[in-house]
This record gives sequence, structure tokens and C-alpha cells, in this order.
Amino acid sequence: MRGFAIIARRDLRIALRRKGDVLNVLVFFVLVASLFALGVGPEPNQLRAIVPGVVWVGALLAALLSLPRLFAADFADGTLEQMLVSPQPLAVVVLAKIAAHWLSTGLPLALAAPLIGLQYGLPSEALLVLLASLLLGTPVLSLLGAAGAALTLGARGAGALLGLLLLPLFVPVLVFGAGAVTASLTGINPSAHLSLLGAFLAVSSLIGPWAACAALRVALD
Amino acid sequence: MLETTALACERGGLRLFSDLGFALDGGGLLRVRGANGSGKTTLLRTLAGLTRPAAGTVRWRGSAIGELGETYGSEMLFLGHSPAVKDELTVLENLEFSSRISGLEIPQSKIKNALEQLGIARLSNLPAGHLSQGQRRRTALARLALPNPATLWLLDEPFAALDDEAIERVSALCAAHLAAGGLLVLTSHQDVAIAAPAAQTLELPAAASIELRG
Repeated sequence: MRGFAIIARRDLRIALRRKGDVLNVLVFFVLVASLFALGVGPEPNQLRAIVPGVVWVGALLAALLSLPRLFAADFADGTLEQMLVSPQPLAVVVLAKIAAHWLSTGLPLALAAPLIGLQYGLPSEALLVLLASLLLGTPVLSLLGAAGAALTLGARGAGALLGLLLLPLFVPVLVFGAGAVTASLTGINPSAHLSLLGAFLAVSSLIGPWAACAALRVALD
Repeated sequence: MLETTALACERGGLRLFSDLGFALDGGGLLRVRGANGSGKTTLLRTLAGLTRPAAGTVRWRGSAIGELGETYGSEMLFLGHSPAVKDELTVLENLEFSSRISGLEIPQSKIKNALEQLGIARLSNLPAGHLSQGQRRRTALARLALPNPATLWLLDEPFAALDDEAIERVSALCAAHLAAGGLLVLTSHQDVAIAAPAAQTLELPAAASIELRG
């Protein structure tokens, strides 16, 4: 548990000193989500119908933008090697890095999303559901993303490869995340969608770190 | 304490060496020599448990390192080619992190003392991104000057990019470690004198036969 805190705190400190990276992801998210309004036209009802999908796709792409960096810097400068030979279990290292990644990208994205929803005129109840769906869904992106980032470590064009690898895996999260908000907009109780997102979170918190550990061992062999 | 039996390593499908066996006890220094690409780094990474050998086993205190898992990690200190120094963190923070992750809780005064021993105390609050290659190396090597429970040191080219003064300091730290009963495996192209109770040299040839000189 101490190892977890040490690594997570270090990663967050580095993220704070590289504010540009965090801001890039957020600005990218806001831009993508706002461009749809310009492309689709000013019809409010039409816009409101597409917001859930727009916000969720924006969040997926923004998360994807940040994922190649999850292990790459530590891999390049030998820190990952040091973590592997250290007495810390690799699973703790991976979980700490995932937690730091979510706190520095997933959480800011989730908190920014209601602002975009507001911009599209979502009612306050739908804004809350949007926030809840992102709070449940973005950790899944970090957990599965860690496995993808570890698998593509050291590969040329890792960013593009990562998209091909991860976007299909993110589909269920997109469907039920956006579905929850759409349900709330049409007056249906969104709790079923949110429960399914919670189930995805539980499953991916088992599969993601495990796959990432295995892939890291191979990458560092 | 550290022994290998019938060790063979491959890199990219190429057999680097095979049937390598040696034993190293407390106070023992093993210098690994060989031409570029003869497998010095691979041997060290295998001893550290990062790379799996193609055949044979590495044993520490009688048990295979694969079975020891994390306990081996707390008794072994491995410094590889890359210094594992983060540009965003200061010199002090870097050393603090690398000692904490190896399970040590060391007061800041001791950490500063270690930086002093490596001659980089005045840089301690500078982000490592501003350091030169040699200063980076010194930051990584400052771990050797910390109060350290690791009995086995595996150092890959520790003297690369260091100036004469730093080489002297590092070799003195190595000698002190050996005198206290520690073990040291070292690859180096330079002939740096290190006082050791028992020294061996392992020559890794380009061919498959291995020579061990006492």
C-alpha cells in the first residue's frame, strides 16, 4: 500500500509539473465537443439529441490522446526497469500509475463534461447523469488503456496502433455511457445503464492491470 | 550466495553465451568484460531477473531468483544503462523516490549527505532536466551512497560519462560495500581499480566458449 502511494504521488507531481499535457487533453476534449455544434447547425432539439454521444466520443478520443504517455516516459528513461526490480509488486506499480492517470485525465474530463452539456442546454438532471456516467466510465478507459499502452510499448507509431486496439474495447462504455444520458433525456430511469457501467468497471479493474503487468514483463525482457 | 548454473542467454534469436557458471560470495567482485554485443548487459539483466535466460538458473542464497520474487528485489540493487532520472523532478526528489521505491524510508539529511558524496549537493533543488549526462549518472549512482540494505549490487557501466573525480568516489563506495561483505557484479570498459577481498573476471567472448579467471 505504501508503494502505491509513493508511485501515485510521484506521477501526480510530474503531471502537475507538465501542466501542458493535462491541459492539451482538456482543450482537445472541449474543442471536439464544441465543433459538433458548428457542424450540425443551430437547431437546439437536434443538438440536444446528439450531446450524449458527442461528449462521450470526445472523452474517448481525449483519453486516447493521453494514453501513449502512460508508460512510455518511464520506459524510455529506465524508471520502469527500476520499478520492476524493486521490492514493489508489479501489480501495485501498474495500479498506482492507472490511478494517477485517471486523476490527471479522467477526472478533469468528467468534471469538464457538465460544462459542455450546459453549453448544449441539457437539463440539470441529465447533467448529473452525464457526470455520473463519466465518473464510472473514465476509470474503465484508464484501466483498459493501461493494458493497451503496455502492449504497444516501444512499438513504432504506438499512438495509431493504440487507437486500433482500444477503440473497439471502448465501444460498450460508449454505448452505455451515452445511453444513460439519452435515457435520462427521454424520461427513462438511467440506473440500468449506470449499473452496467459499474459492472464494466469491476471487470476491467481485474482484466486491465493483469494484462498490463503481463505486457510490461514482455516489453522489458 | 549468487551462483549461476549452465546459464545461456539469447537476444533476438542470437545465442550470446551458453553454459555459463560462476559463484560469488560475500566480499566478491565479478567484473564482466567483453566486446560490444557480447552480452554483458543481457547477463546483468538476467541476474537482476529482468530477462529470462534461455537455459540454466540464477540462484540467490540457494533459491532460484524467479521463486524469490519481491524479496530478491529488496536485497539487490540494479543500475542499468538508463539512469532512471526524471527530468521533471529535482535531483533530491529523484533520489528520494528511487530510495523509497526500493522500500527504504531515509531521512532527508542522509539523502543530502549521499548527494554530497557524489559532489552534486549544490544541484539538489535543480530539476534534473537541466543536468548534464555525467550529473544525471551521478544522481543515479548517489543511491550507492545511501544507507543501503542491498547485499548484491549489479552495476551496468557505472563509470560511463563520469569524470575522474566521480570515478574515484564511486569506486571507493564499491570498495566499502565489498569490505562490508557485499557482492558486486560490474560491467565496464574502463579499468578502474576497486579494492576487493575476492575478485574474479568473466570474459564474454564472441564465440560460445566461456573463460573464467580467478
